[in-house]
Amino acid sequence: MTRVMSTDSPDKSAAAAEAKPVTMAAALNQALADSLAADERVVVFGEDVGTLGGVFRVTDGLAGRFGERRVFDTPLAEAGIVGTAIGMAMNGLVPVVEMQFDAFGYPAFEQVTSHLAKLHNRTRGRLALPVVIRVPFGGGIGGVEHHSDSSEAYYTHTPGLRVVTPGTPADAYLLLRQAIACPDPVLFFEPKRRYWSRETVVLSTDGPPIDRAVVRRPGRDVTLIAYGGMVATAMEAASEAVSEGWDVEVIDLRSLSPFDEETVAASVRRTGRAVIVHEAAGFGGYGAEVAARLTERCFHYLEAPILRVTGFDIPYPPPHLERFHLPNTDRILDAIARLQWEDEDRG
Amino acid sequence: MKTQYARRSEATAAGTLLPSATPLQLIDADGHPGDNPGSLRLPGPDVLVELHRRMVLGRRFDSQSTALAKQGRLAVYPSSRGQDACQVGAALALRRQDWLFPTYRDSMAVLTRGVPAEETLTLLRGDWHCGYDPVQYRVAPQCTPLATNTLHAVGLGYAATLKNEDQVALALLGDGATSEGDTHEALNFAGVWKAPVVFLVQNNGYAISVPLAKQTAAPTLAAKGIGYGIPSLLIDGNDAAAVYAAVRAGVSRAAAGEGPTLIEAITYRVEAHTNADDASRYRASAEVSEWLSRDPIARLEAYLRGAGLLDDASAARLAAEAERLAEDVRQRMNADVSVDPAELFEHVYARPTAALERQRAELLAELSELEEPAL
Ligand SMILES: Cc1ncc(C[n+]2csc(CCOP(=O)(O)OP(=O)(O)O)c2C)c(N)n1
Ligand SMILES: [Mg+2]
Repeated sequence: MTRVMSTDSPDKSAAAAEAKPVTMAAALNQALADSLAADERVVVFGEDVGTLGGVFRVTDGLAGRFGERRVFDTPLAEAGIVGTAIGMAMNGLVPVVEMQFDAFGYPAFEQVTSHLAKLHNRTRGRLALPVVIRVPFGGGIGGVEHHSDSSEAYYTHTPGLRVVTPGTPADAYLLLRQAIACPDPVLFFEPKRRYWSRETVVLSTDGPPIDRAVVRRPGRDVTLIAYGGMVATAMEAASEAVSEGWDVEVIDLRSLSPFDEETVAASVRRTGRAVIVHEAAGFGGYGAEVAARLTERCFHYLEAPILRVTGFDIPYPPPHLERFHLPNTDRILDAIARLQWEDEDRG
Repeated sequence: MKTQYARRSEATAAGTLLPSATPLQLIDADGHPGDNPGSLRLPGPDVLVELHRRMVLGRRFDSQSTALAKQGRLAVYPSSRGQDACQVGAALALRRQDWLFPTYRDSMAVLTRGVPAEETLTLLRGDWHCGYDPVQYRVAPQCTPLATNTLHAVGLGYAATLKNEDQVALALLGDGATSEGDTHEALNFAGVWKAPVVFLVQNNGYAISVPLAKQTAAPTLAAKGIGYGIPSLLIDGNDAAAVYAAVRAGVSRAAAGEGPTLIEAITYRVEAHTNADDASRYRASAEVSEWLSRDPIARLEAYLRGAGLLDDASAARLAAEAERLAEDVRQRMNADVSVDPAELFEHVYARPTAALERQRAELLAELSELEEPAL
C-alpha cells in the first residue's frame, strides 16, 4: 500500500478556508481525519474510539466515515493495543492508537519501552515503527484517581521515542499531522484540560517542524518554559507580569524529546533567567533535565538559578485538592520574583 | 444482543475448541506410526526427509553453538536441543510469505527459516541485537521479554487481513511465557479479530527452574484456547511430523480466514536453560535420560529407514553436510568481531538527533585520543 494522496491536498482547501473558532479536541479530530484521508496505511484504534468516538470525542465520526477496517474498537488491553500496533507497523501500516487516560497507558509500558522504542535500533534500522500513541494527560479536569497523571518523563527517559505535546488547538492539528507522518514512534500527549479551549485559526500543516520549540510570546527579562496544558497558564502569567514590570518570554516546547536545546538556550542567553513549568512532580521530572541542559549551555549568561514550578512530589490529588497541587499564575509570578532581581545592575 | 449470546453458546456447545486428552502423534518414539493421529495427516516422503535433514543440521548447529558459548565465543546460548522437532517442524510448515516470531530459544527455527548461521548468532555473539533483516526472511528479531512477541504476531497477521493479503504469523512461546499477561491479550485479540496467527507453545516442562505445576492449574496449556474461542491442539512435540502437520493445519485455517489456532507441543529441553544455568539444581538426571530415549531425530530416522527413505549412504552424506556447517560456524565465530562504536548512535531514530550527533562526536574524539601514541 502506498500513500494515495499527498499530505498537502486537504490543506489547500483549508488554506482557502476562513479562520474559525476551533477546540483542541476538534483540531485533533480534524488531524486524524485528514491523515486517514491522505494515507491509506493509517489505522486508528483503541478503547471506545470506534462507535463512541472516544471518551473525549477526539475520534468522533471517524469510524462512520472511514469504516471499521480503518477505525476500530479493541478489547480492553493496553499492552495488546500497543503490541499489535507494533506488529501492524512491521507489516506496513501506520497505527495511531489511544490510551484512554495517561495512567491507563502503564500496562503497555513494556511494549513501549522494550519494543516500540528499540526495534528500529535492534534491527539496525531495517524496521521502522511509525506508531503514534495518543495519551490524554494531566489534571485540571476534576478527574478522580488515575485520571490526571503526567507521565511524560517515563517516556522522555526512553531513547528511541519521540514525545510531543501541543499547547494550542492550531498546534494540536499541526503536531498530530507531523507525528503521524513521522517515521519514528511518537508519544503524543494531549492536555486534557485544554481539549475544550478555543482558538480562531485556519488548521494547517504549515509551521515549525515536529522537533522545534516556538516562542509564543517574546520578552526580554525572563524565559518561561512550558508545554502542554501549562502553555496557556504560562501565557497568562506573562500577561500579569507586565504590571510587575517584567517582560516575559514564553517558550512552548512542543517536542519534549528530542529537546530543542538551540531555541531554548538562545532565549535564555538573551534573558539571563529561566523558569520551567510543568504539572508533573518535580523530583526527577522533565524540568530537571531542562535546567541541567541550560546550566551546561548558558551558565555564564545566567543572572539567577534556574527555577522550576511543578506539581508537588505527591500522588495526583483528589479533585477537591488538585487546585493546591497544580502550578498556577501566582506560583509562576512568585518564582519570577525570586530570580534575584535585587542583584540586577539596571544601568 | 440476543444473537451475540446465541453465537457464544453455540461455539461452546460444539466443543470443537478443546484439545485431545492425550498428545496427537504421527510417529511414535520407536519410529512406528503413532496410534493417536487425531486430525493430523502424515506429511509426504519429501517433507519427512527434509524434516530429518534440517533436524540433523539444526542439532549440529545447536551443539556447535553450545560449545562456542562455553569457549566464550558467544555471550550466551540458550540451546533448543531436544526441541528440534518443534524448531524444524514449525519453521518448515510456514509458506514463503508467512512470518516467524521466535524467542531467544528458537535459533534453530531461525536458521531453518533460511537465515544464515552467522546472522542468526549475531545477537548471541553480542555484536548487535539482531543480525538479520527481518523483512527479507520474514523472521522477527528473536524476542527476550517473554510473550511480548505474541502480540506482534497478532498485529502483523491482522494487518495482512486489513490489507487483504494472504499472510500468516507464527508465534513461538514457552510454557512459562503462557503465564504472562501478553499471552492472554494476544490470544484474546487474535480470537476477537480472527487474526491469521498460529501460536505454538513449546512446553519443555520448565521455565528456567520453575516446573509447569507451579505455572498453571489448567489441565493442559492447549486447554486455555477455549477461553478465547480458539481451537487448540495438544501434540507430541518430539514428533516432527506431528509438529509440521499441526502448524500446517493452523496456517491453512488462518489463510482460509478461519482465524487463529493454539498448539501445545510437549517436548523437553535437554541442555540447561543456557550455558550459564546449572540444571542439576532443579531436575534429576534420570528425567533427562528418559527424555533422551524419546529423541526426535532418532525416531524420524528409524521411521525413514523402515520406509526405505534413508540408508547408510544418505545418512553419511547428511552427517558430512552437518560437519561442514559446524566448521563454517566455528570459523565465522572464531574470527574477531569488528564493531563500530559510531553505529551506536545510528539507528535510534530515523535520523540521528543533534544531541546524538554530538555524543557520537564526543565518543569518536575520546577514541581517537586513545589511539594517539603516548608522548
Ligand atoms: C518478561 C520477562 N520476565 C522474565 C524473563 C527472564 N526469563 C528468561 S527465559 C525465562 C523462562 C521462560 O520459560 P519458558 O517460557 O518456558 O521458555 P523456555 O526458556 O523454557 O524456552 C525467564 C523467566 C524474561 N526474559 N522476560
Ligand atoms: Mg519452558
